[in-house]
Amino acid sequence: MRKILVGLATVAAALSIGASANAAGTVKIGVVIPLSGQFADTGIQMRNGIQTYIKQHGDTVAGKKIELIIKDVGGINPPVAKRLSQELVVRDKVDILAGYVLTPNALAAGDVSKEANKFMVVMNAATAIITLKSPDMVRTSMTLPQSGDTFGKWAATKGGIKSCYTMVTDYGPGHDVEQAFIKAFTAAGGKIVGSVRFPVANPDFSAFVQRAKDLNPECIFIFVPGGTQPAAIAKAMAERGIDPTKTKILGTGELTGEQALEGMGKSALGILTAWHYDYKQDTKENKEFVKIHNELFKRNPDLFSLGGYDGMHAIYAALEKTKGNTNGKALVDAAKGLHWNSPRGPVWIDPETRDIVQTIYIRKVELVNGEPTNVIFDKVENVKDPVKEAMKKKK
Amino acid sequence: MGMIGPFVAVMFDGFAYGMLLFLISVGLSVTLGMMNFVNLAHGAFAMLGAYVTVTLMNNLGWPFLATLPLAFIVAGVVSVGFEQTLFRPLYRASDLDQVLLTIGLVFMAIAAVSYVFGTESQPINVPDYLRGFFTIGSASFAVYRIFLVVVALFVSVLLIVGLEYTRFGAQIRAAVDNQRMARGLGIDVNRIFAYTFALGSGLAGLGGALAIEVVGLDHSFALIYLIVMLIIVSVGGLGSISGSFVAAILIGISDTAGKYYFPYLGAFLIYLVMIAVLLWRPTGLFGRR
Repeated sequence: MRKILVGLATVAAALSIGASANAAGTVKIGVVIPLSGQFADTGIQMRNGIQTYIKQHGDTVAGKKIELIIKDVGGINPPVAKRLSQELVVRDKVDILAGYVLTPNALAAGDVSKEANKFMVVMNAATAIITLKSPDMVRTSMTLPQSGDTFGKWAATKGGIKSCYTMVTDYGPGHDVEQAFIKAFTAAGGKIVGSVRFPVANPDFSAFVQRAKDLNPECIFIFVPGGTQPAAIAKAMAERGIDPTKTKILGTGELTGEQALEGMGKSALGILTAWHYDYKQDTKENKEFVKIHNELFKRNPDLFSLGGYDGMHAIYAALEKTKGNTNGKALVDAAKGLHWNSPRGPVWIDPETRDIVQTIYIRKVELVNGEPTNVIFDKVENVKDPVKEAMKKKK
Repeated sequence: MGMIGPFVAVMFDGFAYGMLLFLISVGLSVTLGMMNFVNLAHGAFAMLGAYVTVTLMNNLGWPFLATLPLAFIVAGVVSVGFEQTLFRPLYRASDLDQVLLTIGLVFMAIAAVSYVFGTESQPINVPDYLRGFFTIGSASFAVYRIFLVVVALFVSVLLIVGLEYTRFGAQIRAAVDNQRMARGLGIDVNRIFAYTFALGSGLAGLGGALAIEVVGLDHSFALIYLIVMLIIVSVGGLGSISGSFVAAILIGISDTAGKYYFPYLGAFLIYLVMIAVLLWRPTGLFGRR
């Protein structure tokens, strides 16, 4: 038994970090992302997106050279994210903080941005409240309520769905999107017949899916983080005879990402999602983005690459406006109200909330050239973060 | 719909999940209990088997079933290489030395997999005849899970018959019970241990390959399932094959039933079960020491 305890202790104690630095006459950007551990792929794709942008637009802005200092945060680890951000500011003297895939890490680093008056660009972390942590922060990815709220309203009105069951992962972003969906769906006249939250580390979904099936709802709304889980839950549904063409399956974009669709095969057909981006999106900017991303990294971009790519755009555009001035206040003022054509379509930074405003696409998985593909069939334009809009109304 | 259908379905799903856990963990029980070696790298051999299947299917176009024996063989053969060169010198070392070496190997395995295959999840498409489900009364049964149960039961029978009724099985038991005496009788204990080790790791490789369809696969596989493996080995009792079998079923069913009937407890129920069993029997259900 002692052996097992030693073993468990060693597993629990297992984590790691690593990185490097130097410069002169440059703008230094400190990037904090997970490059090891369970969330490594998200960080790697974000880094790929950042490097795609630099490849495409050069590494000099307003006469200054861009230098990246990338730090591995290793996973969901707020104290480490905060310490790395502090070290970047104090020791490496970075001008801008960027990256942040995971909500807890972004929240922890927000304090550093606020205290040091550093411009901070959140390139993914999608919980609504993050941007409230620092007045010098902008976000170029999305907020989960943007998707959840839009989908809830759409489902109860245009979608013609009357009752729904919700299944989300039991952590911040899951709660966010669940609340947003339920609120918008019921406000538009829909009825929630039940809800369940599953643990973050959840290898086998069969029991949760069985529970949903027993209630025989008209629709099931699902949120799971990317990685191995989307295909696992879709397969569990197919095994239990839940057919997306009969019971409507609604989800966020993670559910039908590239690898998820490959893993699900035909059992994905009919799944509906409300999301801002897919690598097959039909815009001029996206074709260019996908091409260069593939040339450099031999794979397609995903939403993390997109967040990194657009985050770099916000940094470049703000630096051009300030003529290379890296003062936090100057950069955030320059970023407020920025409009640009992202690979996902037109986006802008709301000057009031410093959060991204974008189009949410309603998509259905259909076979295109024999491959399951997210086909856009409806859209809602200029979607602001609904949580901060609701806060404004209360005041 | 009544209460019976879902109950049967949940029990069956839990049983099938338990069978998967059994295949992955039984080798760890053997090395830990019989050879007294703490092999935390066991999960890495499961991951190796899984990546063998993914590579053969996605790059070379092999059918799923044909990849399974290869997953078993490659994981087994590679593990013997490690056993002969790295693990053997540490058989008499302290627990901490063994743990440090093998956890280091886990990290090297994760880094190697990230380097070769990348960090994205690896999808596979099992053949259509293993997909879908059929219904008996009000309960539905997934074809793939039935397949899992059949494979695991087949392996268990082979293991038990092999260990109890063959000459090789008798030699393993002799080598484990009293190494000095076994050596004195002319049994090549080192060779026996190498075979045993290969068998355990091969089963992990097979389990890993079978797990892809249920739980998915990425580079963190070796670490994520290590906790569950250690729970099963400790609940079942070190070195006991039947113990691992019962513990895997217990953990599989309590995990699935817990999520179904008490979803707010989530995945925590298996830890409660572990604590309860270990309070009642500190050496595990079938522990000998």
